[in-house]
Amino acid sequence: MGKIRTPYLLLLPGFLFLFTFFILPIVNLAQTSTQTPIAGGDTGQYEQTLRFANYLDAFLENREQFGRSFLYALIATVLALMISYPLAYAIAFKSGKYKNFLLVLVVAPFFTSFLLRTVAWKQILGEEGFVVPTLRTIGIISESTTLTSTAFAVVMGMTYNFLPFMTLPLYASIDRIDPRTLEASGDLYANAFTTFRKVTLPLSMPGVVAGTLLTFIPAAGDYVNAAILGSPNTKMIGNVIESRYFKIVDYPTAAALSFTLMAAILILVTLYIRKAGTEELV
Amino acid sequence: MSFDASSARGDLILTRITKEYGDFKAVDDLSLTIAKGSFFALLGPSGCGKTTTLRMIAGLEEPTVGSIHLGETDITTTKPYQRPINTVFQNYALFPHLTIFENIAFGLRRRGIKDVDAQVNKVLNLVELPHLAGRKPTQLSGGQQQRIALARAIVNRPALLLLDEPLGALDLKLRRQMQIELKWIQKEVGLTFVHVTHDQEEAMTMADTIAVMNEGQIEQMGSPAELYDNPKTAFVANFLGQSNLIKGTISGNDGDSIVADLYGQKISLPKHRSHAVDNSIYAGIRPEKFRISLLNTPVSGNVLGGGHIEDVSYIGVSTQYQVAMPWGQELIVFEQNDDGVAPFKKGDAVNISWEPVFTFALRGDEDVTAGSEVNPEVLDEE
Amino acid sequence: MSKKTVDATIPTIPLTARFQRWFGRNLIRVYMVLAFTYLFIPVAYTFAFSFNDSGKSNLIWKGFTLDNWKNPCGAPEVCTALANSIKIGLLATIFSTILGTMIAFAIGRHKFKGRSTSNLLIFLPMATPEIVLGASLLSLFLVFKINPGFWPTVIAHVMFCISFVVVTVKARIASLDPRLEQAAMDLYANEFQTFRRVTLPLVAPGIAGAALLAFSLSFDDFIITNFNSGTVTTFPKFVYTAAARGIPAQANVIGSGMFFLALAIVIAGQFVNRRKAR
Repeated sequence: MGKIRTPYLLLLPGFLFLFTFFILPIVNLAQTSTQTPIAGGDTGQYEQTLRFANYLDAFLENREQFGRSFLYALIATVLALMISYPLAYAIAFKSGKYKNFLLVLVVAPFFTSFLLRTVAWKQILGEEGFVVPTLRTIGIISESTTLTSTAFAVVMGMTYNFLPFMTLPLYASIDRIDPRTLEASGDLYANAFTTFRKVTLPLSMPGVVAGTLLTFIPAAGDYVNAAILGSPNTKMIGNVIESRYFKIVDYPTAAALSFTLMAAILILVTLYIRKAGTEELV
Repeated sequence: MSFDASSARGDLILTRITKEYGDFKAVDDLSLTIAKGSFFALLGPSGCGKTTTLRMIAGLEEPTVGSIHLGETDITTTKPYQRPINTVFQNYALFPHLTIFENIAFGLRRRGIKDVDAQVNKVLNLVELPHLAGRKPTQLSGGQQQRIALARAIVNRPALLLLDEPLGALDLKLRRQMQIELKWIQKEVGLTFVHVTHDQEEAMTMADTIAVMNEGQIEQMGSPAELYDNPKTAFVANFLGQSNLIKGTISGNDGDSIVADLYGQKISLPKHRSHAVDNSIYAGIRPEKFRISLLNTPVSGNVLGGGHIEDVSYIGVSTQYQVAMPWGQELIVFEQNDDGVAPFKKGDAVNISWEPVFTFALRGDEDVTAGSEVNPEVLDEE
Repeated sequence: MSKKTVDATIPTIPLTARFQRWFGRNLIRVYMVLAFTYLFIPVAYTFAFSFNDSGKSNLIWKGFTLDNWKNPCGAPEVCTALANSIKIGLLATIFSTILGTMIAFAIGRHKFKGRSTSNLLIFLPMATPEIVLGASLLSLFLVFKINPGFWPTVIAHVMFCISFVVVTVKARIASLDPRLEQAAMDLYANEFQTFRRVTLPLVAPGIAGAALLAFSLSFDDFIITNFNSGTVTTFPKFVYTAAARGIPAQANVIGSGMFFLALAIVIAGQFVNRRKAR
């Protein structure tokens, strides 16, 4: 009898915690999202009126930032994939005895605070940094062009910050590929490109799916890169939610935006997983 | 101590054991007695239920119905750690985080035995690896790991030692060597060994008694020689070595012998070697019992005429022939290369003959291919 | 005739083929150098500017000094923030590792009704953007009139670390050969002894890895912390607030210090693993 109860006893404390501090808040957030200000009340006082139009208002008012969030996150994810794939492949197959060392190197930048590194990029790409003057001297960018406070800087910062989330799962699934299957493909008249397309890539698909999700999800909700490296013109939905909460104290709109963001991500993720055909992510 | 070693000793008796997984019957109404001190082999292809049987004896599975007794003690539902039974696992299952010494000492320590050092060293000497005591399992070769797994089990002096495909991971040469060593150790320590394998040669080399299992049941049980010389079913005839099975009917009686008609040609066989239930039979003859002769040579015993040599394969100690018979069947014949006679050539017209005492007869409604299409060497782990 | 065979030269490989071979062999190396340069530029920059004799604003290089390293707490608040981050990180690590490991054992070692729902509940927090996690938790605290601060931050960190712990430990449990536990039972170890002597030691590296991951996630978190910490300053929060006017060089010292410390732990861990495998 004890055997049947054991798993539930093990789950109980953790799930109780997750229920209280994850499920309950989400439910509460849903509740907040349809509230309206109390007539004549102070700032920050709201009552439940089930005003679902909050969602429409919030979305229409901020559709630009929504679009930007998903666009930036998409570009950053694709860039991270393009940078990470060859890197993960090289570590898995071409690094010999340095494999573990190189893996540590991929994770190592993480040990310096994420914010410190983002601030460092701001200064490197800024007017006083070495990149802008160099590019100006070579003539790649004009005298008036700057790199910070641009969409370029924001996307680059996001790509940079989420790169290990892409590289590590990619590495894990490429490393599992038996190199003999690649040789077999070559033996069966496939050239290097065909081998990659027909053997390597399909076999590494679980890593691609996991990596893109682990990059895309935090990227879409991020506001730190936009806040530090961007300008008012590169604001993402995260920035809006943050300022609704702290500066404007407009909880219902912030909640509606959060919910819309979460729902949009969950729908995209579900569609993506369906398409990619990998269900064992967890 | 959690069990009393003296009471739980004696023969192992399985009574009407069935093990079901959903709709699938892995073991089907199996009864079996394994005598104390014997080397017993459970032989069969993968999926035949032999490993499930072993796991039920070890206590890792519980039978759906039936009982297991060790001597007088009922151990059907006791936990594995309450049974005086130890297992040498497939792929050994040595604890990777413990040294060889601690691996072997594991069982002794759990039972609270005092002179752990002395006992571990003694058993390390028995398997001739005392110098490896301080190493970790991953630093050992396959053969060494195998011996340590054995030492870890026998140091507990169990009433029964279970071996689950213990040699499957070793290469052929090492396997041969370990087969002989295992048998020697069994005699040395005087324990009951129950050995599960799909390798008929391994079973025949080591075991006193073999039970051939198929689809959850025992097809036949006996000494290696009994099983080989006088198989009761087509499955056993094919799974243990090769057999030529020729369709025929019983046409008469001649004292202790039966006369049978094989496609119009009369042969005889001893009555006690017939397992047929009616007149329809398959006559079985092992390939090495056949003799081949050219048409004009005098022959004795049973003779089947009208054959043609279809194929000749020279394999050193013997030559293997395929002989096409007039009724369309190809018979396999092994001839020892010991008489200096030039081998037969493809196309030669020949007679096939053999001594009647080597003939066995199976029921005529058997599936002659049973047990032959499973290649035990290829179908490895279950 | 014989002379001719002696003279036969070793056939040379055509130049184009040799070039292709060189290219194929070295392109990947060049690529790796470039990729790692990209990864390390900000780290190197942070490290370099930790030696800047900067005064208040650490924006332009003004000269080399060791003063910042000698006195990392020189800038106001930086060490308070660091101490808060470490305290929160340790507490979050302990709780999330315990809770997460229990869940991992339940899901990884048992078959029970609701197992796939459990998996979903673990997956969801990882698929939810941090800003939603942070904002929703803050809303809940506000409803119950709990002021954001130290403990709400710890709770928030435990919440988002649990899933990562579960996934890490579960992977380790899944790679465990069930025959090892069966062997222990066969060798007279009861359920508890089997867990303590075999299962736990074998899963321990996974739990240690999960704890390290939890700590680094907690230590580096900004978004969720920003929502739930109120007036309590953590190290990332300090950097974010200071970023507008230029962060003090002492923050670079601490960032670089963390980098080398973590690197040392990882390398030591690998070394221990290698020694153990011997």
